[in-house]
Order: sequence, then C-alpha cells, then structure tokens
Amino acid sequence: MVTESVRPDIAGVRNSLTTVKDTRGTKVFRWFNYSFLTLLVVVTLYPFVNLIAMSFSSDGAIRAGRVNLWPVGFNTTTIRAVMGDPMFWINYRNTVFYTVLFTIIAMVITTCFAYVISRQHLPGRKLMIGMATFTMFFGGGLVPHFVVVGQWYGLRNTIWAVVLPGALSVFNLLVMKSFFENFPGELEEAASIDGLNTFGTFLRIVLPLSKALLATMTLFYAVTMWNAWFGSFLFLGDRNMHPVTMYLRNLIAGSLNTQEIADTADAAQVGANIQAVTMLLTVLPIMFVYPFVQKFFVSGVMLGSVKG
Amino acid sequence: MPGTGVQGGATDRDGLGRRTRGGGETTDSPFTAPTVNRKRSFKKALRRDWQLYVLALPAMVHLVLFAYVPMFGAIIAFRRFRPGGSLIGDEWVGFHFFELAFSQPQFWQAFWNTVILGGLWFVIGFPLPIILALLLNEVRARKFKRFVQTITYLPHFLSIVVVAGLVLQLTTRDGTVNQMLGWFGVDPIIFMQHAEFFRPIWIISEAWQTVGWGTILYLAALTTVDEQLYEAARIDGANRWRQTWHVTLPGIRPTIVVLMVLNIGTFMAVGFEKVLLLQNPLIYSTADVLSTYLFRIGIGASNFSLATAIGLFQSLIGLVLIVSANFVSRKLVGSSLW
Repeated sequence: MVTESVRPDIAGVRNSLTTVKDTRGTKVFRWFNYSFLTLLVVVTLYPFVNLIAMSFSSDGAIRAGRVNLWPVGFNTTTIRAVMGDPMFWINYRNTVFYTVLFTIIAMVITTCFAYVISRQHLPGRKLMIGMATFTMFFGGGLVPHFVVVGQWYGLRNTIWAVVLPGALSVFNLLVMKSFFENFPGELEEAASIDGLNTFGTFLRIVLPLSKALLATMTLFYAVTMWNAWFGSFLFLGDRNMHPVTMYLRNLIAGSLNTQEIADTADAAQVGANIQAVTMLLTVLPIMFVYPFVQKFFVSGVMLGSVKG
Repeated sequence: MPGTGVQGGATDRDGLGRRTRGGGETTDSPFTAPTVNRKRSFKKALRRDWQLYVLALPAMVHLVLFAYVPMFGAIIAFRRFRPGGSLIGDEWVGFHFFELAFSQPQFWQAFWNTVILGGLWFVIGFPLPIILALLLNEVRARKFKRFVQTITYLPHFLSIVVVAGLVLQLTTRDGTVNQMLGWFGVDPIIFMQHAEFFRPIWIISEAWQTVGWGTILYLAALTTVDEQLYEAARIDGANRWRQTWHVTLPGIRPTIVVLMVLNIGTFMAVGFEKVLLLQNPLIYSTADVLSTYLFRIGIGASNFSLATAIGLFQSLIGLVLIVSANFVSRKLVGSSLW
C-alpha cells in the first residue's frame, strides 16, 4: 500500500500527467459503467413490467407469446375474477392481520431484550448474547421444529405457529443492541436522579429517543411477515387461515383449482394470467410503500454495520 | 457489518464464569472493575437490576422455546420415532438413521446438488455485490447513483413466492426467455422440465434478487477508505484499475472477510424456500438439495427420525464450516466474526 509522503513540488505535475494519460481510458470506462448500470436497471425492472403487462393481456396473446412490455388484447377479466374470489380476500385479510400481530410481538420481545443486553454492567449479559447469537449458526433443523412447535406445543392449525417462531430475529436484535449501546450513560444517570426506575427510563427516555430505529425495525419485521409463506405451509391446514402468499403458492403449485375462481368469468382467460394478477396484487402494497420506506431499511442495515 | 455484534458471543466464557467464581480477581473491563466480590455482587445486581431481567424474560423464553427446545428435539435423530408414540422417540438406535441416510443414493444426489449449488453461488454470487458496489462507487452523478440503488434494492423486498412465480412465468413455453430465443430461431424450451437448466436459472434469479441489497454494506465500507491513499497512489502513477486493486479492495477487506465467513456458514442451506417452490420431480437430478430432500421424507412422508438425522448432519456441516472459516480468516487476514 502506498503511504509515503508527497513532495508538494512535484505532486501537481505528476498528478496532472496521470490525469491526462488516464482520460481516454476513464472516458471509456465511464461510458461502459453507465451503460452497464442502466442495463442492470432495465433487467431488474423487466419482470415487474412483464407482470403488469401479463395481468391485463388476453389469453390468446399470452399463449401466442406476444406479451412483453405492454398489454396485448387489453382486458380486466382476470383481475376482476381474482378480486371477486372470496378466498383471495380472506387470505389477504389474514396476511394483514398476521403482519400486524407478528410485528407487535416481535417488536416488544426484540426491543426489550436488545435494551437489556446493551447494558454493559449487567451480570449474565454475555451469556444472554451468546445464547442468542449461537442460534444464528446452529439449529435443530426443520423436522424438530415441526414436531416441537406443531405437536409438543400443540400450535398446529393455530396462528401462533405462524407468528411466534420468527418473532426474535437475532440480526435485528444485534442492530438494536449496538444502537442502544451508543446512548450516553449520563442520560440514564440523569433519569435515575430524577427518580425514574429502569422501566421508566426505558419507556420514557430511551424509546422516545429511538423512534427512527423502532420505525426501521418495525418495517423489517412487517415486510418479513408480509412475505412469509413457509410457516403457514407447514402448520396451517385450513385454507381459510392462509395468508395471501399461500394463495399464490397454491396457484403456482397447481393445487388451486382455477376453475373455482373462474366460474363467473371466461375460464380460459382467467387460467392464462391468474398467476400474474395474483402476484401483482400481492406485491402491490410493497411496491406502493417502497419508495417511501426504502431509506429506513438502508439506514437499518448501516446501523448494524457501524460496529457491534 | 451484521456479524460484528457477535464479538464476545458464544465462545466467550466471561459471562458464564462470573457466577461460579468466588471472585477477588480483577478484570480490566471498566464495567466489572468496581465489583470485587462477584457472588455477592450478583445478588446485589439481581436486587438492583431485577427490572432488566424482567425485560429480558420474554426473549429468553422465546429463545428456549423456539431455538433450544428444537435443538433438544433433534434427539429423535438417535431414537426411533413412531407416529402416535413418544414425541422424543421410543428407543435409542444410535447412528442407525445416519447410516440409513448415507446408504440412500438419493441422499448423495441431494448432497452433491447442495454442494454444487452452494459452491456455484459462492463463486458467482459472492463477488457480484462487491463488483456492483465498486461500479456504483465510480458514479459521479448522485441522482443516477441513487436511482440505480433504489431500483436494484427492490427485488429484495419481494416474497420468495412471488420471485418463484416470476421465474416460472419468464421461463414458460410462451414466456419472455423463449420469445427472445425465438428471435434467433430457437424452438421454445420448457426450461423447468430440463434438469440442466435448473442451476443457471436458480443462480440468475438469486443474483437478480440479492445483488443490489448486497451492495449496501460494501458501499458503506467504501466511504471509509481514506482519500489520501488514492492521491498517493495516483502520484505513484497508479491508474484507476491499480487504485482499485491496491487501495479500494484492501480498504474494504474486513467487510469482505466478515461477509464471506457468514456466507460460508449458510453454504449448506442454499435458498431452501425458493428451491422448494421451483423444483419438480422431473428435475430432481439437479434441483433436489438436502433441505428439500429432508423436507420430502420428513414432513411429506413422516419419516421424522431419518429427516432429523439429515438435518442434523447439515447443521453440523454448517457449524463446522463457519467456525473453521472464521478461524482461517482470523489467522490469515486478521479480521473475523468473533
């Protein structure tokens, strides 16, 4: 690595020399770089655009392979059919309900624990941190999880099997811990002098000062549950309890009878693009809030990277 | 880095030893220094900090119930489990189920598929965010940079089910990929019925979904590289490429190493959910990985003990990999997870 000090008298000359020499190569590189990144954006967006185009295209056009960026044979038959399916709305409502419930549980558990393990004077702190982090690297596996949660605890076919197991994300925990660790100690001293006990300090001093972090973590958990499907797949037998991701999964796996949904509409039409429509309706809320919340996510990840 | 919080974690014995030791020894930690007699101080701490312990209780209960009890439940890998019988199995059978697993050709097919898929993803997928971060770092137009970032982060927020749906949609007979092939006069291919296409499709879709999000930590690390080093390198006649090689990459090495160690640890668990959603029996020869195989025989066919043995084998490999990767990186490059 270059660390030698720079002689000011020749620095400018050599600098400008290299700049001149590099210009052509730099230009080519920059041109390539911008083109490449633009191409990457196009590639990233294409599946979404295709999804929307498929959702509003006619069955014939899709089967003829003529749908790319723009709907061909515009119609809204399928979108009306899916939205007219009571099961879709039941599952959609379940998703909303599970997301809210899960996020509340997860935030309470994670925030309290993160605050505790951020208190450096606390005896047993390292044991608690160790117990949490070990689970990042080792687990009993899928089948014991299935047996223990579903049968020992008897949570099968209850929403608790869906909203409880994931309610403590160790990654989120460590991010919150490092955030709380950076609180100035004087703050708590002042609070205790003012007569606040630990609960009081936590609720009335620490949490109000952590609003940005709490918002970020809430989003992290909410998106996780909005997108989750596997817990429901594993533990919920009743379709009336499924989240919308399971509705979609059943469509993809072909175990959902499109005829049922289609009985009010043109069956062939619905068959061709029902997956596209359901995907679109599933991701719509995320796409809608995404531009507004994206920076929170990024800051959350950065926070975790600052230092544990 | 997400992992640096692990420092002083599982391997640190201070927190464990504190209660059992009689005390008297001094530590150089400013937080424990005032407490000389540790046994008495723990009682005192309990009285003083009981509210903190109460706050920790829900999480500790959660950890025990949903992480440590299932670990204990893995005991059925060593006991014969009968449906309707005892939930921890009826009798000890030693390594019977491991031997049974290792004697199945399907197990070895799934094992090698896992290794190949994990290995391919590690070789191809790990450097991609680094390359993209380096390219983004060269962009001077801030708005364009932010635009590219916003768009490339987006797929990270999609459900695996949606991603699987998109993949299936794009690779069907009348999907975009076949349309493009049609321009070159290639006949439509039903990709998901041909085993040889599964790996590329999986790798591409995984890259599509994760590459943008993966750049965040590298971009953060890049901002901490000292500007003066670039200047010095330029004066020494280093061109852009050499600056990248000798200044930028060493500058973000700790981040690279920590993320690499984490990646190695999850090597055996390659994208279970997406593989499960994408695979079908026609392409098991490349698309069946250990997780999906054990899912099928465990949850599908209720062969709990056999599937648990396979899962335990997989977890142990993961643990060994991450511990050794961490050890090697600490010895060789001096930065590590813990």
